[in-house]
Amino acid sequence: MSDILLGARNVSKRFPGVLANNDVSVHLEKGRILALLGENGAGKSTLVNILFGMYRPDEGHVIIKGEKVDLRGPDDAISRGIGMVHQHFQLVPPMRVVENIVLGAEPIRRGLVDIAEARRRVVELSQGYGLEIDPDAVVEDLPVGMQQRVEILKALYRNADVLIMDEPTGVLTPQEADHLLGVLRELTQTGLGVVFITHKLREVLAVADDIVVLRNGEVVGQTTPDETTESGLAEMMVGRSVVLRVEKSVAEPGDVVLKVDKLSVEDDRGQVALNEVSFEVREGEILGVAGVEGNGQRELVEAVTGLRDLSSGAMKIGADEFTTGSVRQISEKGVAHIPEDREKHGVIGVYSLDENSVLNRYHRKPFSIRGLLRRDVIKRHAEGVVEEFDVRTPSTSVPVSSLSGGNKQKLIVGREFSDDIKLLIAAQPTRGIDIGAIEFIHRRILEQRDKGAAVLLVSAELDEILGLSDRIAVLYDGQIMDVVDAQEANREKIGLLMAGITD
Amino acid sequence: MGQVVKLQQKRLLYMGLIAVLVLIWFFYRANGPQTTAVLAGTVRAATLLALGAMCGMIGERSGVVNIGIEGQFLLSAFAAFTIASMTGSLFMGTIAGVGMGLLMGWVLAGMAVGLKVDQIIAGTVLNISALGLTSFFYDRSRSLGMGKYTNIDLGPLADLPLVGTVLFSRPPLTYLTMALLVVVHIALFRSVWGMRTRAIGEHPGAADTVGIDVIKLRYFNVTIAGGLAGLGGAYLALEAVGTFSRAMSGGRGFLALAVMIFGRRTPFGAYAAALFFGFTTALQNQFQLNSTFDIPPQFVGMLPFVVTIVVVALSGLIGSMRDPAALGQTYEKG
Repeated sequence: MSDILLGARNVSKRFPGVLANNDVSVHLEKGRILALLGENGAGKSTLVNILFGMYRPDEGHVIIKGEKVDLRGPDDAISRGIGMVHQHFQLVPPMRVVENIVLGAEPIRRGLVDIAEARRRVVELSQGYGLEIDPDAVVEDLPVGMQQRVEILKALYRNADVLIMDEPTGVLTPQEADHLLGVLRELTQTGLGVVFITHKLREVLAVADDIVVLRNGEVVGQTTPDETTESGLAEMMVGRSVVLRVEKSVAEPGDVVLKVDKLSVEDDRGQVALNEVSFEVREGEILGVAGVEGNGQRELVEAVTGLRDLSSGAMKIGADEFTTGSVRQISEKGVAHIPEDREKHGVIGVYSLDENSVLNRYHRKPFSIRGLLRRDVIKRHAEGVVEEFDVRTPSTSVPVSSLSGGNKQKLIVGREFSDDIKLLIAAQPTRGIDIGAIEFIHRRILEQRDKGAAVLLVSAELDEILGLSDRIAVLYDGQIMDVVDAQEANREKIGLLMAGITD
Repeated sequence: MGQVVKLQQKRLLYMGLIAVLVLIWFFYRANGPQTTAVLAGTVRAATLLALGAMCGMIGERSGVVNIGIEGQFLLSAFAAFTIASMTGSLFMGTIAGVGMGLLMGWVLAGMAVGLKVDQIIAGTVLNISALGLTSFFYDRSRSLGMGKYTNIDLGPLADLPLVGTVLFSRPPLTYLTMALLVVVHIALFRSVWGMRTRAIGEHPGAADTVGIDVIKLRYFNVTIAGGLAGLGGAYLALEAVGTFSRAMSGGRGFLALAVMIFGRRTPFGAYAAALFFGFTTALQNQFQLNSTFDIPPQFVGMLPFVVTIVVVALSGLIGSMRDPAALGQTYEKG
């Protein structure tokens, strides 16, 4: 018992309408890595927030170093040796590395921050743990992997015995992710315990000592990497057997549907986001665009769908060449779009399912006549979509905001797929949705391909890219590093390209 | 890359400084008394702007916009004048002005930080209520029997040509403001308080996760900053003018915000900007006094404001300054 660094015993937490954690018990021992696995909404974040003192449990309690504790806030957890690396980094971008690390626990000399002493301690820590970093670098100039290192050092500076890592590999290339897992392994050699939250099965098996699987707020399984497999874990997460890899036939590419020629685009801050990118997508094939997020994917999708102006270059959809086009003009050419941010560009939360199901064609017959909407026709259409795409909802009149992420996504897919489409642009089509819905959407995308649509698939999940694509383009720093045939692609090869390395 | 740009900016700054000094020397040789008068006027006008700009920057560095500086000036000037004339002590008046500034800062914090009212609206409330309250309670029969703060000569320094009059023979609140520039600079960029203040203005969430109480620190900062604006009010009534009159702050609370932005939210930068704006004011006064040129006084009076518009527009074009990332946003925990 005394070996327990951090644990929860019979913890329950209720939010309005949801039981986020129900009688959850987990424990982490010294020098071990505990993986918390579960789908979005399974209760991982709630549990971790309880362990870190952000929430108080309604029932049960937290154990730190064998003792029952009542955490009053994150600073309480920090002072007891719990460190957390958040999914979205909690760093002050324009400040230097050393300032970020000591913020909140600054060494003081004569009433002022003793920056020399702070730098000395940071250098000592980073050398001691083999986490090299330039203490005077400004955080916003550092690559994501380095920023994460700053976060880890921040926790170690506060003498953390436990490191909670929330989805730490989501923003990393496969190689960076492997490196991080190695670092975590080494840190446990010094007696540190790590709680590792993820939904990536491969990583769990690679690094964890103990695995706890959560579903609907409850612990549904406890195991170790030796006792289980990827499909075993997936089954535990979902509660039924799932197909991790969708079967697909060989592509039969036809004519070029989308041709992008020397496309350059700026991001919101006016920096070059895409630099003379050229590629083609043909009928009946899926072109996957891989890359670490923030390398121009968003701007590419926005440019192709008409949401963002081009700085130079041209695009051709079918036979029409154009350099500017409104979203509607492009959509009328038979282009469907599954947007990356479904809350912002996919649905209107306060509108009903009926209204959302025709957002892209409410202005056309038969949905409206002489500028007036025909509610009955729209409703029939919405009910058709709900039926065909298995959207779980009590009725089509409720606001879309009441649906879960997966159901919203299925509604969007249903709306976009209900016309004949020539070109499908799918950006992060399965982000943040459960495995069951992922499987469903993947099958639907393949179905469109087999019906002859050209598909541009942009995703940060490498497994998704590898599983669906016929060809894979890798974006790095606004440029296409290479386009590889899916048959010749593997994680390592794509991963190196994602890091900008070509041989 | 950023290093090179910084170096170039520094070089430009030094070159500009030398050019200004040469120009001053040139004018001084040509017309000593007038040059001295204009430069003395420059420092006089800059003091109020510098205090307002410091008030603004402490708020904005913590993520709170304060457009109520105008109102803080006005009500503090009123409080300073009223108490000074009642007690017969300029010192007590000054304390009252600072106290009123603190109180208004606290009210602004209560609205903008505590109640999460839109910060622009909260500031506007201060401005409107200050104008209304001072107009209503203003008592025309009051006056400062003992006169306003007078110049203090700093020993032999005051006898130096030009700089003696311009810098070393000034009333007390001007010296205090210069000292405060140094204090605020060190506090903002070297102290624990300053580091945390800059953090909550850029990424309050990050500050929160390392145990910094964002709400409390913003409350504190906006209140303290109010004290600086309060000192500005006292300066206006007891040192610059020597009486109170309706709406006497005359838009300088807003000008102070322009000064703050132009000075990149640093005390010394703001003082340089304040001197620049002060110079236009002093020049305008000088033009009106000896009518060398035949320009209607109304147009001459516009000079500082026209310059403000041009300069702010230009600095917007250059876009060299980035606002604190969390500026204007209320903070919700979790």
